[in-house]
This record gives sequence, C-alpha cells and structure tokens, in this order.
Amino acid sequence: MSAMSETRELAPKVVPPSASGSRSDVCLQAKILKRQAAQGQEFVLDVEIEAAPGFTILFGASAAGKTSLLDCVAGLSKPDSGHIAIGKRVLFDTSQSIDVPIAQRRAGYVFQNLALFPHMMVAQNVSYGLTQLSRAEREKRVQTVLQAFRIGNLAHRSARELSGGESQRTALARTLVTDPDILLLDEPLAALDTPTKAQIIDDLREWHRAHRIPILYVTHSREEVFALGERVIVLEAGRIVAQGTPHEVMTAPMQETVAQLAGFENIFDAVVEAVRPERGTMTCRVTGEGGPLQLETPLVRGGVGSALRIGIRAGDILLATSPPVGLSARNVIPGRITSLDQRDVIVSARVKCRVEMEVHLTLAARDSLQLEPGKEVWLVIKTHSCHLMLK
Amino acid sequence: MAIDWQTFWLTLQLAVTVSAILFLLGLPIAYWIAFSPRRWKFLVEALVALPIVLPPTVLGFYVLVALGPRSPFGRWWISLTGHTLAFTFSGLVIGSILYSLPFAVQPFAASFASVDRKLLAASATLGASPMRTFFRVIAPLSVHGLVTGATLSFAHTMGEFGVVLMVGGNIPGVTRTVSIDIYDRVQASDYAGANRTALLLLALCFLLLALVYGLNRKPWTLNPVK
Repeated sequence: MSAMSETRELAPKVVPPSASGSRSDVCLQAKILKRQAAQGQEFVLDVEIEAAPGFTILFGASAAGKTSLLDCVAGLSKPDSGHIAIGKRVLFDTSQSIDVPIAQRRAGYVFQNLALFPHMMVAQNVSYGLTQLSRAEREKRVQTVLQAFRIGNLAHRSARELSGGESQRTALARTLVTDPDILLLDEPLAALDTPTKAQIIDDLREWHRAHRIPILYVTHSREEVFALGERVIVLEAGRIVAQGTPHEVMTAPMQETVAQLAGFENIFDAVVEAVRPERGTMTCRVTGEGGPLQLETPLVRGGVGSALRIGIRAGDILLATSPPVGLSARNVIPGRITSLDQRDVIVSARVKCRVEMEVHLTLAARDSLQLEPGKEVWLVIKTHSCHLMLK
Repeated sequence: MAIDWQTFWLTLQLAVTVSAILFLLGLPIAYWIAFSPRRWKFLVEALVALPIVLPPTVLGFYVLVALGPRSPFGRWWISLTGHTLAFTFSGLVIGSILYSLPFAVQPFAASFASVDRKLLAASATLGASPMRTFFRVIAPLSVHGLVTGATLSFAHTMGEFGVVLMVGGNIPGVTRTVSIDIYDRVQASDYAGANRTALLLLALCFLLLALVYGLNRKPWTLNPVK
C-alpha cells in the first residue's frame, strides 16, 4: 500500500490544474468511424463512447471491433473520421486535421500478446518509457512499480524466461510506470489461471485507486466483467449494442449476442402468456417440438403476446431423479436424458422435455444419481435463472 | 609465380570500404522497404534486387558510362576533382556498392520485417521516437540479419570480377583485384599461380562465411526456451 501511494507522489502532473480541474475529472471522449476489412469481411466501426476515470469494459465477440477501438485511441490505426480527446487534450480530429503521433498520446496500451521486449531484462522493459527522467529518478520509479506489482525479485530476469503471470505483471508495470492519461488493456488476463487473475485484478484496482484515469478493458470473460466493471459497453460488428452497469447489461432483457457471450447454453423463443406485475413475474410459453412448455420468468417490459427470448445457463438448472416437492423454484419440468457428455470435470447432459435443454453436472452428481441416457429426470429452474432478451 | 600480395591488399581494402558504406546505406533503404506503406515499394525492391540477375558486364557498362565524362554525374565529378572516376579506386567502390547492394539490403530488410510489429507499437505507445525504436528494438532483434548482410556484401565484393573489369580495368595497385589477377594468370597459362591465388581466396571466403554462420548459430535451437 505504501508503495502505491509513493507511485502517486512521484507521478508528474500532466494536465495543468487550470486546464481541466483535478485530474480525476479527465474523461475519454471518442467518436470513431472506420471502415475496415478483417479476414475478407468488411465492417464499419461506428462508435461513440465516453469513459470516465475507472474501468470501462469493452465486451463482444472476436472481430466486433474492440481492439480496433483501442488501436484508434492509441493512434495505431487511423479512423476515417471522428474525434478523440482525453479531457481537453484533442488526440484526433478530422475536422481540425489533428492526429497526434502515437508517442505523444500518453495512452498506455497493454497488448493481448503483451509485446515485452524479448532482448531486455524485466527492469529494462519497465524503464523503457522513462527517457525524460534522470537515471536515479528512473531507477527509483522502476523499483516502486516493480514492488507494487510484486515482481521486484524479477528485475534482472530476461523477459524470455517469465511465466504467464510474471509476463503479465511486467507488461502492466511497464505501461503504468509511464503514468499514462488513459489505460488500454486488450484481454490482458485471458491466458491466466483464476487465482493469478484475481491477484492481478486486485493489484490493478489498488493502482487505480491512486491514479484515477479512464481504463478501457477488453475482455470476453464474464467473470472479469463482474469483477472489474463499473461500466460495460457491448460491441457487435463494430457497433455498440448495449451499455450500462454489468448487472444492467448482463441481465434481462438483452441482445441475443450478449446472451451467447454471457454464457447461456439454452436459448429459446418465447411468447408472453400472462403478466403478474404485483409479483414481479410473468409466464412465458416456449414452443418446442413436443408441444408448448410454460416457464415462470422475471417481469420485463412488454405485454401479453410479445415475443422474447429466454436464456438459461446450463449450470443454473438442477436435475432430480424423482418428482421434487417442497421447492421454492417455480419451474419443474419432467424430461428424459438423451445424452451424457464429459468435458473435463463437467458432465453435460442433454435432456428432452418438449424442448431440448443442456444441463451441467459434476462427475459426483452423475455417479451418485446413476444418470444414463434414457433415464427419466425432472429439471428445476428458478424464476430468476430465466434471463429474458429482446428478439 | 608467387602470390601477388598487393592484389590481396587492394581487394581487402575494397571489400572493407564497400561493406562499411553498404552497411550505412543499406540500413535506411532496408528500413524503408520493410516499413513503408507505399504501394510502389515493390518497384524499389525489384531495383535493389537487379544486380543479382544482371550480368556484371551490363551493370559495369552502365556504371562506366555514368562515371565517364558523357554523363552529368561524371561531368560534375570531373569539374569537382579534375579527373574522371572511371579506372580509379573510387570508381571501383561505386560500382561495387551497386553490385553488392542486394546482398546487404535483402538480409537487413528481411530481419527488420520479421520483428514483431506489436513490439514496435509497444515502443511507440511508451513514448519512443521511430529512431529510438530502431536502435533499441529493431536493430538488437535483427542482429543476425545485420551480421549476415555485412558479411555477404563483404564476401561478394571480395570475389567480384565483371564489374571490376568493366569499371576499373586492370591497373596494378589501383584497380587490379584478386579475381582479375587470377584471370590474367590463366590467360598467361600460369596455372600454378592461378591455383595458389584462387585457393587462398577460396579459403579466405570460406573461413569468413564459416565464422559468420558459426556466430549466427542460435545456441538455443537445441534447447528451445518456452
């Protein structure tokens, strides 16, 4: 902690107080239009975002334009038209013919593949961006940031010899030590195991508390969205399709693409059959091959007869081998197992119950319930496990 | 007849001068070829590669014409220095630079181009100028290409014949190189002398190339790092 506050004191003032008040008010504003061809497929990145200090998560499938957006902010690629500014400092503007060179944008960028300089040691990598400082000052700052990211012991290790987590920390330290005005993180934790990930997220949060700058964080991991997100922007084919808090964006109602990204294995078309505003629920009818199936779901806008989609995560469904009684869950559906499929430590069961549902179980559950294809089962789904999406 | 050490000395001088100039000249050309977004870049690449396929006599002929008093460049040089470049050591250097250009530029450009672009982007976002990026990132990661280019241009100049003959003629101590000497000996039926000189040149070139390939060998190819 003391290491962190020290970093802050060492940080030079970049934005003069007269220009934009205290630094913590500095927002990123970006309006970008860029036509681009990726793998033969042409799409247009057309977004307008404003990011306050704090984490803004960019969420979306690959080739949705997340990385292109970061590249435009950093200056690595040039929009066809638009305006990019951090506070009052304009980085790019087509109408004023402004295009600040990459090196002068003060945009810290941690790439997906990290791009550590392989011919340098960790300390050399981290001090690379500190050319303006005296040697003593530089070493002091490098030491401080290495301590803050818990890699002080690796200072003289070659960048080639680092583990995934160590590389990740080095890349973050190298960028953060330059005290950027905005931080661009392109899936920086994608390759890490969960405990390492959680630790680095903690360290990053800690650093952020002392610096308060806008952070654009690209990910397609749900866990990271909830762990970090103050605000989420969902991109699809170059456009923003949803934005808000993680809870607002990731829960109903939502776009189907968001749902698939959010990890709904079961997605059904449904029609609202009855609405009960006093209870905050409604009944939806899903039409399957074997006839209609009724599900109780949370209430959303839209009256009786409106068409929706329902997403249910395979891990949110309980499975019973006899008709369960005395449950709070409102949806109990009889069905029959059609297949069992082991994936790593999870068993994926397909259950036919007018519609086909995918259910995830542990190995122990499969064995103690003696589950096998053809067995009769009851699926139990809580009302709030049914996520409603716009069609 | 004994080995004519003067020709060896002259050849060595020529090769050192040419490869040193080519190193400095080749870096910016290779950098441009590797990183320029220009669409007509391929024309420059083709131009640089031309000496590989052209007969040395063709190249030598045009260099001779360009150095002579009939070309603007030749006239400018004469007005500057009072004598023509043709049949001088300087003229030989110019001809050899053109002749060996692809042997320096191509390895340089290939190694520059193989540096991960993300490293260059990272360097720029960390505030580094293109110059700093070149000296701190591109050049250190292209050491093998730089060594290979320098050596190939050196060795290629050592063994050059056609261009030297066209541009320099055969003036002892000025433009008479080892390969010309060998040719003369064969013409004069001095096969023993030709053999001794040729063998020495062969051994020298082999030693040089072996040294470079030995240095360029990556020790970790046997034990790959993760």
